[in-house]
Amino acid sequence: MSEQNEKTQPKESAADSSAEGSPPGAALKEAEGRLHHALRELSQTSWVISLLAVVVALAVGGLLIIAAHPQVQSTASYFFARPADFFTTSFQVVRDAYSSLFRGAVYDWQAPTLQRSIRPITETLVYAVPLILAGLGIAIGFRSGMLNIGGQGQIILGVTFAGFIGYAMDLPVGAHLLLALMGGILGGAIWGGIAGVLKARTGANEVIVTIMLNNIALYLLAWLLRQQWFVQTGSNQPQSSPVEESARLFTLFGAGFRLHAGIILAIAATFFVWWLMERSTLGFELRAIGENPDAARTAGVNVAKATALVLIIGGALCGLGGAAHLLGTEYRITAGIAGTIGFDAITVALLGRSKPLGTFLAGVLFGGLKAGGVLMQAQTGTPIDIVLVLQSVIVLLIAAPPLVRAIFFLPRPDGRSRSRRRREKQAEEVAA
Amino acid sequence: MSTETVAVHAEPLEEASSTLKPVNLKFPITYAVMAMVALGVFALFSPAGAVTRFRLGAPTDFIEIPLAEVPAAPTNWVLGAALAALAVLAFVRAYQRKRLGRWHPVLFGVLFVAAFLVWAGADRGAVIPLVTMLTGALALSVPLIFGAMCGLVGERTGVINIAIEGQLLAGAFLAAVAASVFVNAYVGLVAAPIAGALVGALLVVFAVKYQVNQIIVGVVLNVLVIGLTSFLFSTVLTQNSQLWNARQQLPRLPVPVLSEIPIIGPVLFNQTILVYLMYVIVALLYVFLFRSRWGLRVRAVGEHPKAADTVGINVNRTRTINVIFAGAIAGLGGAFFTVGQGLAFGQEMSAGQGFIALAAMILGRWNPLGAMFAALLFGFSTSLGNTLSTIGTPVPSEVLLMLPYIITIFAVAGFVGRVRPPAANGEPYVK
Amino acid sequence: MKLQLKGVTKRFGTFTANDQIDLTVEPGEIHALLGENGAGKSTLMNTIYGLYSPDEGQILLDDQPVTFNGPGDAVAAGIGMVHQHFMLIPVFTVTESVVLGYEPTKAAGILNFEQARQKVLEISSRFGFDVDPDARVEDLPVGAQQRVEIIKALSREAKVLILDEPTAVLTPQETDELIAIMRQLKEAGTSIVFITHKLREVRAIADRITVIRRGKVVGEATPQSTETKLASLMVGRQVSLTTDKEPGQTGEVSLTVDDLTVLDSAGKIVLDHVSLDIRRGEILAVAGVDGNGQTELSEAILGIRHAASGTITLDGQDLKKLTVKERLAAGLGFVPEDRSTDGVIAGFSITENFVLDMYDRAPYAKGVVMQHQAMREAAEKQTARFDVRMGTVDDPISTLSGGNQQKVVLAREMSRDLRLFVASQPTRGLDVGSIEFVHRTIIEERDKGTPCLVISTELDEVLNLADRIAVMYRGRIVGIVPADTSRDVLGLMMAGVPAEEAQEQAAAHQTALGEADELAEEKEQA
Repeated sequence: MSEQNEKTQPKESAADSSAEGSPPGAALKEAEGRLHHALRELSQTSWVISLLAVVVALAVGGLLIIAAHPQVQSTASYFFARPADFFTTSFQVVRDAYSSLFRGAVYDWQAPTLQRSIRPITETLVYAVPLILAGLGIAIGFRSGMLNIGGQGQIILGVTFAGFIGYAMDLPVGAHLLLALMGGILGGAIWGGIAGVLKARTGANEVIVTIMLNNIALYLLAWLLRQQWFVQTGSNQPQSSPVEESARLFTLFGAGFRLHAGIILAIAATFFVWWLMERSTLGFELRAIGENPDAARTAGVNVAKATALVLIIGGALCGLGGAAHLLGTEYRITAGIAGTIGFDAITVALLGRSKPLGTFLAGVLFGGLKAGGVLMQAQTGTPIDIVLVLQSVIVLLIAAPPLVRAIFFLPRPDGRSRSRRRREKQAEEVAA
Repeated sequence: MSTETVAVHAEPLEEASSTLKPVNLKFPITYAVMAMVALGVFALFSPAGAVTRFRLGAPTDFIEIPLAEVPAAPTNWVLGAALAALAVLAFVRAYQRKRLGRWHPVLFGVLFVAAFLVWAGADRGAVIPLVTMLTGALALSVPLIFGAMCGLVGERTGVINIAIEGQLLAGAFLAAVAASVFVNAYVGLVAAPIAGALVGALLVVFAVKYQVNQIIVGVVLNVLVIGLTSFLFSTVLTQNSQLWNARQQLPRLPVPVLSEIPIIGPVLFNQTILVYLMYVIVALLYVFLFRSRWGLRVRAVGEHPKAADTVGINVNRTRTINVIFAGAIAGLGGAFFTVGQGLAFGQEMSAGQGFIALAAMILGRWNPLGAMFAALLFGFSTSLGNTLSTIGTPVPSEVLLMLPYIITIFAVAGFVGRVRPPAANGEPYVK
Repeated sequence: MKLQLKGVTKRFGTFTANDQIDLTVEPGEIHALLGENGAGKSTLMNTIYGLYSPDEGQILLDDQPVTFNGPGDAVAAGIGMVHQHFMLIPVFTVTESVVLGYEPTKAAGILNFEQARQKVLEISSRFGFDVDPDARVEDLPVGAQQRVEIIKALSREAKVLILDEPTAVLTPQETDELIAIMRQLKEAGTSIVFITHKLREVRAIADRITVIRRGKVVGEATPQSTETKLASLMVGRQVSLTTDKEPGQTGEVSLTVDDLTVLDSAGKIVLDHVSLDIRRGEILAVAGVDGNGQTELSEAILGIRHAASGTITLDGQDLKKLTVKERLAAGLGFVPEDRSTDGVIAGFSITENFVLDMYDRAPYAKGVVMQHQAMREAAEKQTARFDVRMGTVDDPISTLSGGNQQKVVLAREMSRDLRLFVASQPTRGLDVGSIEFVHRTIIEERDKGTPCLVISTELDEVLNLADRIAVMYRGRIVGIVPADTSRDVLGLMMAGVPAEEAQEQAAAHQTALGEADELAEEKEQA
């Protein structure tokens, strides 16, 4: 069954017919056909779906902002008297919110100096660093058929190890940073490794184990922060000493910018993950167990070992993300240091379709939403929580392309109706 | 003819396999270790002459029940010996390849906890408030039990629900808002299931209609609900908290006679209607899941959807209806956080309870009663942790708070028997 | 009830699975539907059963046209179906399985288990089935599960019973029992549609035979037709049912399996003190009904299953000390039983599948770096040699037909020098052309001097390939017999009867299939 034949098939789905119609004139028909073709091409490319998902998410967010804004609510109370008020206020409110989001994330044209104007994009990257690193860790799991929900715990362990090395030890400049980063990697690898080894040896479901490990890590950190030997502050505050200068990730653009060498780590890690998955024999094994563990086992792949390795490597990347977050941005360990990075990393990996470059870009996008969200909250009073809504809507839509196509009346990429494709799948089964 | 030959050749094989079946010493060894802890730590380190005091009455009781005092060290030697005896029994049974009754682990657990409490409270001058602790345990278990029931109905039809957390939170939110607006806590109870069901409906749309990986949908829905409720909390609810987020509490409705029973009476039968509803739901689910047409079909769809399809059961419709229904149960459980306890809504107030509910469901092996007991166990360990952190004990409260999660990891790793989820769990059904 | 199909057509996309099918099944008739794998038999039956709706044509029951919107409608109209892969829920009891979808209930939807049990007991006693209504389905042997399926259909008053490849999982003697049941049902007036690709069976059981090929009815036949005639109708050309092969040039013993015992994850014995050896240039075929330890034997040789005791030696080398990877590197070629789960990775390209068990060896990898150019070149060369019909080697393997996928697997396994070749069900689900190709390839490998172990549940295949035959039953080798042993003897051995006893019993008592064979032979001679 070739694509060629498929395209000559009569239309079946509602989406098809709505885009095709049955125009009277031949010229019009031709134009329609071309449009149809273009639309189909468009919806075939996944980045278009991603873009449209972002558009829908912003629209949903806009509606929420309008609904929650007191000024809009007051104009709504006399909506029938002066509807224009309602619409202009709504428009202004949403415009203010999103323009401050943009100014906080990319370029602030209202800032007094050039330095302040370009600072937002660097802030975006600051937020993106842990998201990218942890997102890559999660993405490796997805590619290998492992749903690692434990980014949060792995990050906490990475932070804990890196931080303790960072302030409790006294070492020369380069070595200290290196050791602290290694500590972060080790911490994350241990936490991921627990889930990995349990999965490999007993078949314990990694989703459950990693969720449980997240909570255990949380209490472990809470306990550690009450121990004087750990925090080394001499006070009862649940926070640690700051890491030594020698263990900090150096800033890249000097004072005024927080962007640190962690971004270089993130870029390097992106390349490393690409090489690992696409070019190395280990990557072949990991992809094989991800697609079909039975066939991989029959082909001589040590599935238990590879399974454990996936979560160890994934945990190590999450741990490195945590370490970079601490050594580059936070410096002090607090109970809430991991924030929601671990869960955000899952959405980052999903949005990036578990590919290294995609994950990198998704990390930058979500970093931008965070950086912009901070400014938005400060300037317009729109709570930063709206960013969570945007993130989740984007990911949900990207996971369900048919829904996006339905929202925008796009035809199916292959020009086939859903039910027909299903039937074909059956036909293959029957024929096999 | 051939059936006869089958029978003849079957015998020696069965024999062979039974002799080769390895002796499983996992449990006996665990029991032995725990008995040794009881003797070597709880008994040995209970200071001589120290006493442990328990308060058996509720603080509100009309008649004050006197404090119970036990001598710590002697009590723990007795308890330790009993635990050791139970451990020996477990070894004997294991070598005989016989099963132990269910009473064994329960008794062992109760004795071990008693020994722990006697040790932890020894000579501290403080009183261990037993009823308060148990009441707290039940209170902490309520959302867990509702959440676990939601999870198991969904998974029995083959849809994994990681969004229980979100459903609890949504239920808590809408219950608070509805109760506040109508100035009536019972309105909150009506609204909460709707919120949970809506989240369930979203789960179904993506998991069943668009066949997105169910775990991913669940994770993302949690983020969505947290984002939505936090956003609305920081805006609408704070702008006019008197209207939108005023505290409303369900009244306690003591059951006549039953609530007078010492210790368990006030714990179980002096509760709000929400808790009584929970008893009813657990009981009904237990009966209907295994004894009714609905239960049979739900389980069929979760185990082998294609087989269900061939007998005319609409797989995806069954999943859709039940996941939404399950969402309503979780939403109702969420109401406990707000109207159930008389609290206003707060950001992320479900605090990961949805995930523990999931753990309780697994530990309870997808069985309503099992899941309930697992949830009660988790609630108890948290309550124990809270109590101990106020009276101050040698064991950090964080360790007790971690306990549910650690137990669950042991459970899924197969240390407490094989956990077998519904066969088609998590797999979309494409006809 | 009379079932009639008029011009039933079913398309999947551009592929026409059923093309203008006309079929009439008279009341109380056993009607065989004969066709190769992929001919469209199952699609047709699923259409009758309401799982698919036909694109064209009509289904008539007792001359009344009917349309079904789902299996529920078909069942209500009196059609029952026993699927090839049983539609039973493993964790349910027999009673629960039977009543599912048609549950007798008391108030509030509570099941009336007593009534349901009585129904099961009543039907099973009517047909002399010995089925415990409270047994769990997963604990029952396959034959009993099949009876549960039949009870399920009968409990819904089926007037037309469709049996889809019902004998695939049965020993010849169990098949005999099934035939008896079918005749009993026929006496009671039930029409039976019997789907199969096995020629011998149709001749023994059917009243009438309809042959379909590539979705079309190509002819009708009577049970008196010869096997050769049926085969050529079914395949569309003259086929030789056997592959020509010279007797092998056997050398010294190469593979020795001694006293091998394997336990499953629950600690139950699945392979029970198995001993066998294979010489160079010899094919040892292992016969037996599915699930009697054959899979475990092959997996233990490959090393994905742990041997509890016993030894496996290849040319004096102890295989048990080696990992799977090392065994493959040592010259073990392995064709797994289930191609789609164990043999290929559907999402991988043909190239990636071609190197699946050699990806980390030269020339496909240098150190840890994979060499894509070398992989592609080798894949192109070998797929050409094995005549794989495909676009390019970069296409996902899922775009190939089952037969071509199997050729890729064979190309992969035979592209390296082998010291042992193990194949499980090498032709399952393939069409006759592919089967011939696979058989020739295996014989060629044997002729190169490689010892071959071929596991098959199809007696035809066993008889076609074997130099010697080992029969397995319940994890044991019942006996190892010469290649010219009769089917009846092999059948008895497949039910666990030791070789000598089987000889005696077979001589005294013939199976229905055997009788039909003889009748046909007599006729041919006459």
